[in-house]
Amino acid sequence: MLKSLRGRIIFIAVILGICGYYIYANGLKLGLDLQGGMHLVVEIDDPDGTLTDEARADAIDRAETVLRTRIDELGVEEPLIQKVGSDRIIVELAGISDENQAKDVIRRAAFLEFKLVRSWVDFAPDLPRIDRVIVATLGADSLSSLGRDVQAPTSSIEELLFGATSEEGDSPAAEEGGAEAGEDAAVDAEAEQVAQDDAAEAEEDDSAVLSPFTALLNQGSEDGVYLVAEEDVEAAELFLSIPEVQRAMPRDISLQWGMEPVGLTGRIYRQLYVLNEDAFITGQMLENAVSARDQQFNTPQVQFELSRRGGRRFAEVTGQNVGEFLAIVLDGEVVSAPVIRDRIGARGQIELGGSTLQEASDLALVLRAGALPAPLRIMEERTVGPSLGQDSVDQGRIAGMIGLVLVVLIMCTYYRVAGVLSVFALGVYVVLVLGGLAMFGATLTVPGIAGLILSVGMAVDANVLIFERIREELDAGRAVRTAVEDGFGNALSAIVDANLTTLITALILFQFGTGPVRGFAVTLSIGILASFFTALYVTRSFFFIYLSRKRATDPISI
Amino acid sequence: MRLFGNARYRFIEARRKAYVFSAVVLVIALASMVANIVLIGSWQNYGVDFTGGSLVQVRFDEAMDAAELRSALGGAQAPPITSIGNEGNEFVIRAPLAEDREVEAVALEIRGQIQGAFPNSDIEVVRTELVGPKIGAELQQKAALAILFSFALTLIYLAIRFEFRFGVAAVIATVHDSLITLGFLALFRVEIALPTVAAILTIIGYSLNDTIVVFDRVRENLNAKGGRRDDPVALVNRSINETLPRTVLTSGTTLGVLMALLIFGGAVIRDFTTVLILGVLVGTYSSIFVASPALLEIQRRWGTKDLVEAQRGGPRGPVSGTPPSRRPGKRKKRGRKGRRVAGARA
Repeated sequence: MLKSLRGRIIFIAVILGICGYYIYANGLKLGLDLQGGMHLVVEIDDPDGTLTDEARADAIDRAETVLRTRIDELGVEEPLIQKVGSDRIIVELAGISDENQAKDVIRRAAFLEFKLVRSWVDFAPDLPRIDRVIVATLGADSLSSLGRDVQAPTSSIEELLFGATSEEGDSPAAEEGGAEAGEDAAVDAEAEQVAQDDAAEAEEDDSAVLSPFTALLNQGSEDGVYLVAEEDVEAAELFLSIPEVQRAMPRDISLQWGMEPVGLTGRIYRQLYVLNEDAFITGQMLENAVSARDQQFNTPQVQFELSRRGGRRFAEVTGQNVGEFLAIVLDGEVVSAPVIRDRIGARGQIELGGSTLQEASDLALVLRAGALPAPLRIMEERTVGPSLGQDSVDQGRIAGMIGLVLVVLIMCTYYRVAGVLSVFALGVYVVLVLGGLAMFGATLTVPGIAGLILSVGMAVDANVLIFERIREELDAGRAVRTAVEDGFGNALSAIVDANLTTLITALILFQFGTGPVRGFAVTLSIGILASFFTALYVTRSFFFIYLSRKRATDPISI
Repeated sequence: MRLFGNARYRFIEARRKAYVFSAVVLVIALASMVANIVLIGSWQNYGVDFTGGSLVQVRFDEAMDAAELRSALGGAQAPPITSIGNEGNEFVIRAPLAEDREVEAVALEIRGQIQGAFPNSDIEVVRTELVGPKIGAELQQKAALAILFSFALTLIYLAIRFEFRFGVAAVIATVHDSLITLGFLALFRVEIALPTVAAILTIIGYSLNDTIVVFDRVRENLNAKGGRRDDPVALVNRSINETLPRTVLTSGTTLGVLMALLIFGGAVIRDFTTVLILGVLVGTYSSIFVASPALLEIQRRWGTKDLVEAQRGGPRGPVSGTPPSRRPGKRKKRGRKGRRVAGARA
C-alpha cells in the first residue's frame, strides 16, 4: 500500500497532520534563554561531609518535594524541578519577575522551632570555661589580630600567654568602653544598665582581659538576652564557630542570634539569646500558616495553626511557663521572643515588626510548604531578562529565514525542478522537526535554534547526495526511471552512515550536556531523524509524482 | 548547472603540501595553547561556565563608553568588560571566582556599582550567570569525556560499517580538526562557554559526515568489479573527485546558512557560529587532504601489500584485519571510462 504513489501521499499527509496537531496543541516551548527566566542548581549544603550518602539522598528527595510545593505556591507557570544525580536539584523558572524573591523562597530552610528562653544565671557559670577554651585554641596571634574586638591590649594578651596575671586590673580598652557608655547613660536607663554591666564586668574580675568572649557580652534589660555590639558580632560568631567551644557549651543550652539588630543609645547591638537546646515545637507540627496584619499596630504577622499533638504540647508547655519568654526560632535565628502571658492552644502568631507584608506572606508560604531537611546552597544561577530573550528569538527568526531562502535559491538554481522538489521536501522537513519538538516537549534554546538551522544545512546534504548519484547514473546512459531508482539506492549507505555518526555525537551531547546544550542535542537529534525520513521517503515520493507526469523517455530536469 | 562535473584533480599527489600546511597550522595551534598556559595560566580562555565565577550583562538606554564603565567598576582593578552588540550600549562583565566570597555577592556588587555610578541612566540587567567552582570543574571534565566518547563510539561504528583502518583514518582527521579548532580558540582567546563545547562536538560530527561520504565512495569503488586491483592512489583520487560536487555544494550551503547566522543571529551566538564556520572549512579540507591520505598511509605502512589481499582473507595485516564490510545496497557494474585519474604512485 505504502509502495503505491497514493499510499505515499496519504502517509506523508498523515504525518504532516500529526505534526501539525502537536504544534497546534502543545506549542513550542521556549527555553529560558529565549523567554527569560531563571535556572538554578541547588545542592545540600554540607561542606564538612557529615551526611552519609543515604541521608543525603533522602534529604535531596525531601527537599525536591518541599521545593515543588513552595514553587507551586509562588505561582510560576510550568516550573521545572528536577533531581540530578543523588545530590542536586535543577530548578527552572520561566518568566519570573522577582528573582531575589524566588531565590529566597527556594533557599530558605524554614526550620521553625519554639524554644524557651533561659536565664543568664543558667549560663554564666560556663562562661569562664568557654573563654579559656577560646584562648587555648586560637592563641595570642589570632586574638591580637582581632585587636579591639577582644577589648584587650596586646600586652595583656602577651601576659596571658606567658601565664602572668594582669596587674592593671581592667584593660584600658574596657575602661574606655565603660566611660564611653557612661557618657551616654543619662539618655537611657537601659543603656545605663548596659554600661554599668559593661564596666562592672570588666572590674569585677581580672579575667576580663583573659576572657575574649565574655568581654563582648553585655547584659540588657531582658534576662537571658545578651547584647553584642554590631562591630563585635563577627568576632563573637568566630568564637562560637570553633568546634572546641561548641563542645564546651553546656549540654542543654544553645546560644542563638536575634534576627534583627537593635539600636540602643546610638549604638547598634545584636541580641544573643540563651535558649533551651531542645525545641518543644518544630515546624513539623505546623498545620497551616497565613500572613495577616496585626489589628492593633498594623504590622505584618504570620498566624499559624498547630496540629492536635503540637497544640496539646504547646498548651502544656506554655501553661507551665507563664511569665517566661518564648523564643520563635526560624532557621537558627530568633525572630521574636514574646513573654508567655497565658496558656496558648493550637493557634498563635509570629510578629514581624519591621518587615513588609510581602515578607510575611513569603514566610507563611515557606512555613506551609514545610521545612527543608537540610539547608540548600545555590551552586549555579543563570538569569536571562525577557528583553534579551525576545532579541534572541527575533534574531534567530531572521537568521533562520535568510538561511532558508539561501538554501532554496542554491537548490533551485543548481538542480532546477529536482531542486524545487527538494525544497518542498525541506518544507515537510521543517514541519517534521517542529512537530517532533512539540511532541517530545523539547525546549527550544538559542543553541537549539542554531542546531536547527545547521540541521537544515545537513538535510540538504542528503538531497545533494541523492541528486549527484542520479546525475551520475544519467551520465552513464541509464534510463530516467532506473537512474532515479539507482540514485536513491546508491546514496543510501552514505546517508545512513553520515546521519548515524552525527546522531552518535548528538546523543553524547545529550548525555553530558546540561541546559542549553541538551536543548541543542535534542534539536539536532530530531533534525537528523527528520532529515533521514525526508530524504529517503518524502523526496523520493515527490520524484515519483514528478516522473508519473512524464513519459518514460522524457528527460528530467536535474 | 554543474560544478566540478568531471573533476580529475590529483588530490593525493598534493598530500605532502597538505601535510606541511596542516603541520604548520597544528604547530601554531599548539603554540597558542602553550602561550596561553604561560600568559593566562590556562590553555584555553575558559569562561564562567568552566572556571566558576559570575557574569553580568547590562544594557544601557544609550551608548556608553566602555572606559567610563571600567572606571565605575574600579578602574585598573575592574573585572574584564566586553562590549557586545552593535549599538555600544550593551556590556558583559565577567568576574572571576573570588576567594572567600560568594559568587552572588560579587554579582550584586557589580550591579550596585553600576547603578551607583550612572544614576541617570536606565540600566537593565539582561543576563546574569553565577557558577560555583565545583560545577565548573565538573563541566570541564564532562566536556573532555564527551569528546573522547564521541571519538571512541565513532571508531567502533566505522570499524563495524567499514573497516578498522577507515575508522582510524576518520578519527585522525577528526582529531586534526578538533586540534585546529581548539588552537583557533586558544589563539584568539575565544571564551569557552557551554555552547562552544556544543560547537566543537558539532564540528566533530560534521567533519565525520564529510569524511564518511568520501570513504563511502572509496568503499564502493573498492567493492566494484576490478576495484581491488586498481591502483589505490588512483582509486582514492577518483573517489574524492566523484564526491567533489556534493562536497562543494553541501559545504557551500551549510556555510551560507552559518554566515546568515553569524551576521543576523545576534551577539549571544556569535562565538558559537564562528567556531562552526571554521569547523566546516577545516572539516571539508581534512576529509580530502587528511582523512584520504591517512587511509592510504595506514594501508601502506601497516596494511598488507594491497587492498585485494586484505579483503579476500589473504595474509591479514594487524590493522585491516577486521571483518570485511557488508556491501550496502545493490550495486551495478558501471562504466567509468574517462573518469579515471592517471594515478602514478606519488
